[in-house]
This record gives sequence, C-alpha cells and structure tokens, in this order.
Amino acid sequence: MTFRAVSAQARMEILLTLRRGESVLATLGIPVGVLVFFSVVDAVDTGFEQPVDFLVPGVLALAVIATGMVSLGIATAFERRYAVLKRLGSTPLSRSGLVIAKTSGVLVVEVLQAAVIVGVAATLGWDVTGRLVGAAGVLLLGTVTFAGLGLLMAGTLKAELTLALTNLLYVAFVLVGGVAVPLARLPDWLETVAKVTPAAQLTEATRATLLGGAVPAWAIGGLVAWAVAAPVLAAAAFRWEE
Amino acid sequence: MAHPAPAVEALDLVKDYDGRRALDGVTLTVAHGETLGIVGPNGAGKTTTVEILEGYRRADGGSARVLGLDPQREGRALRPRMGVMLQEGGLYPGIRPLEALRLFASYYRDARDPEELLEVVGLGDSRSTTVRRLSGGERQRLSLALALVGNPEVLFLDEPTAGMDPRGRAAAWELVRGCQREGTAVVLTTHAMDEAEALADRVGVMDAGRVVAIGTPGELRSAQPRADTQFSARPGLATQDLARALGLDASAIRETRAGEYEIDAAPTADLVADLTAWLRDRDVVLGDLRAGTSSLEEVYLRLTRERSAADDPPAP
Repeated sequence: MTFRAVSAQARMEILLTLRRGESVLATLGIPVGVLVFFSVVDAVDTGFEQPVDFLVPGVLALAVIATGMVSLGIATAFERRYAVLKRLGSTPLSRSGLVIAKTSGVLVVEVLQAAVIVGVAATLGWDVTGRLVGAAGVLLLGTVTFAGLGLLMAGTLKAELTLALTNLLYVAFVLVGGVAVPLARLPDWLETVAKVTPAAQLTEATRATLLGGAVPAWAIGGLVAWAVAAPVLAAAAFRWEE
Repeated sequence: MAHPAPAVEALDLVKDYDGRRALDGVTLTVAHGETLGIVGPNGAGKTTTVEILEGYRRADGGSARVLGLDPQREGRALRPRMGVMLQEGGLYPGIRPLEALRLFASYYRDARDPEELLEVVGLGDSRSTTVRRLSGGERQRLSLALALVGNPEVLFLDEPTAGMDPRGRAAAWELVRGCQREGTAVVLTTHAMDEAEALADRVGVMDAGRVVAIGTPGELRSAQPRADTQFSARPGLATQDLARALGLDASAIRETRAGEYEIDAAPTADLVADLTAWLRDRDVVLGDLRAGTSSLEEVYLRLTRERSAADDPPAP
C-alpha cells in the first residue's frame, strides 16, 4: 500500500525530471560538455598528463550538484508555486513518503549520469582506478548536502529566485569548485573561500578517493558538516505553500 | 447504517490572519450523505473554513471534526477517506491526465479505475497532453477527478466549476451527483447560486467571517418572502387601468415581456378575484398565475448587502 504509493511517486518523479528539457541539459549536457571540452582543449594546466584523469572526479561531483541542487531545487520550487505540494498534503502519501520518492528519483538519475560520464570518459582514455566504494560514499554525502541546499531554497524562496540562485551557484561551482580548474590555480583568497564551499569539498574528496590518495581533512570534515546542516536547515525552514 | 456523529462538524471556528479576523465563530455541520453549499462574497471566509476542515490550517479557536477525526492531529487517519479539490493549482505542469490519475490512485486502497474516470470527466481525448497545455476548464475537471479517485467518504470542493464551460460544468455536476448517490458527504463553495441550488441539500451564506444564514434553498427563499404576483395573458393590456381596478398605484403593474405581467402585491384572494373579474369584463384569457418567490440569488444579495450596509460607518 504505502510501498505502492512511494514507488509510483518515485517513478513519476524520475519521468517528470527526464521530461524537462532544461533539467536534462543541466544534469547531463553541462557535465558531459565540461568533461569533453576540457579534455580535448588544453585550456587549463591541471598538472595531469591526461586532463581527463583530473576531470572525471570533478565532473561526477558536478553531476551530483546539478541533480541534487539545480534540478531537484527548481522542480520542488515550482511544485510549491503550483500548489502541487499542498495538494499532496491532503492525500495519504506522507511527507516522509514524498521525501523517499524524491531521494530515490535523485539517486536513479545520478546512476544514469554516472554511467554516461564514465562511458564518455572511457572513450577519452580514462581508466577506472581508485577506491570506488569510497568515491560512491563521498558522492552520497554530496547528494545529501546539495539536495538539502536545493530544498532549502525551494522551500523558502520564490520559485523564480530559486531558479536564478541555483543556476548562479551552479556556474560559480563550475568555475571555483575545483571541477575544471585546480583549486591551487586560484588566487589565495579565492582558494580560501572556495574551500569552505561544499562544491570544492566534494570535488576534492571525490578526486582523492578516485586517485587513491589521502582525502584532505578540510574536504571530508567540511562535507560531513554540510551534509548534516543542509537537510536539517531545509527541514526546519521549509514552507509547503509559497 | 446509523452514524452517531455528523460527517463534518465545525464549532465556533475563529481564525486571525495578522490581526485581521478572517473567521468569527463559524458553526456548521454536514450529515453523512448530505451536501452543503457555502456561498458568500470574496473574503467572506469560505476557503479558510474549508482549509481548516481539510487540515491545512489550524483554527485559533473552536473545534473541527471530519468523520469524527481532528483534521490537525488525526490527518493520517482522515486523508485516505477524504477527497480535496483546491481552488487553484495542485497539478504537476509536466504530467498527463491519465498519469496523474494513476499516480493518485496508487495512494488509495480502494481507488476508482483511472481510465474510466478519465472518460467520465471528458478528458479521454487529452490523455497525451500535459497539464501545462490543458485549458483552465480541463485542468479543473482533472482536479475534480483527482479528488474523486480515492472513493472518498467526504469531499471538499473549493469553487469546483470556476472557469468551466457549460458542458464541463454539466459533467462536473453529474460527477458530484454520482458521489451523492453513493452517500458521500460534500462541502462545496461556489459563487454560482444555480450551482448551490442544483447540488446542495443545504446552503450556508457566509459574510465577513460569519455564517449569516443556513438552510435548504427553499427555507432561505421563504425566509425572505417577496410580495408579488405574476400572470400571463395577451400582450398590450392597459396596466394602469388594471392597477386602478385593483386599488394599486398606477406603476404597480408592469408588462415585463410581451404578455408577461408583474404586480407589486401579494396574491391575496381579493386581488385574484378582482384580477379575474377585470380580465373577464375584457374577455381576456388568463395564461398562468404565479405567486412570486425570491430566487436564491436575490436572497443572497439581500443578506450580504444588509451586512455590508450595517458595516458602513454612518453618514455624517
């Protein structure tokens, strides 16, 4: 009964996400575009023999940011605007059921993204190496963080503002989140600021696990703190009606 | 089956929004299988009342019970048995009608067949159209179908036919009547008096956060009697002459349409005798003769006008 409702809800969340063209562009088009562009164009000195080895962890992190924050945040903001959330509130589908369905939807889309990114990366000469389970764990922490941030904006701001703000942050994270440009190449002050953002923490932690190196304490510590704070704040501040 | 408690019970509901009193002691009950229509001007408190009963809002005073349950604290038990249609919105813009019905059907233990319901609300041809491309009336019909898909015992409809064309409205009325036949209790708000008259067993008139009158449409009309008489006969009768014969002012009788006459006086036995005598003397055949009654619309306008007049500050 409840399982039937939650699984039907999860299927619909995925279907509606894939049906939104701008969502597919943000979640798949941009990460794959970044991966291909910076792999074939020698734009930034990454210090790696093959730029793709540097790029894949950052692009996987970017995919998580796109699905958790941009896609989920914008979709939920407009569900709130159009009173979809309000309407669901008077059905037997519980709030926890809705959150489970949305979470499952995000995870399924992320698996699709990872499959495409890994496939494209393989054609660019990337070999799967490093601690895959560790990387998956880090990406899961990132999912909790960015889904929390997306829902925090969706549940407190006007829908248009959520749309603008998530996209602004997305672009900012591509530039200073250690995705395509190594953090060490940023000016000192900007590097310091960047390291406080969950984006840089996620890319660095993912990169370290996939390259088999030690995960910096600032990255994993900061990410865990964000992963706790973001959903707690979202749950506390979320307003179901705009 | 005997029900000890009414399906819906609101007792002395009070609600303030930012210091403004939106509800000022609203009391109403709806029996199982009964339909209550709530009419009233914008801002009268109709939606606030309904949303407290649905569990969306907490009253600042008074109590609400739906199917014997507290909508705030026992919503989990209530929601599977309740159908809701919001005044607007509530639909995913990217969903298709049949998908929406199947999704909502999955929430309920004993749901209606989505395909069949889709046909009943006349959206069978729109199954591959997303909500964002449906007309306003089609969205309303889909919202109504979603309110019904769980076979509710109690149904809340907030202006269900606003924006529907006459055919859509007829289909919506038929759906509501189907629920009534199955014993569903219905609470519906509307601005259309003919809708209240057609669907509601009882009508509550709200104004400025209060229920100013409640009763069957017949009770409301007869509580506001109107003293006039209507008859039909051949066109062009000398109305001033007739008025004199009946002992009335010359302007008391009008030919409202060709052959339709209205007399500003109650149809007493004397008046009817004098009228028929006058007609006989002129060899005129009487078509029909009716005592005038107020329409629900007139009752509503009078009730809400009286109140707003009473609220106005006295002229200097």
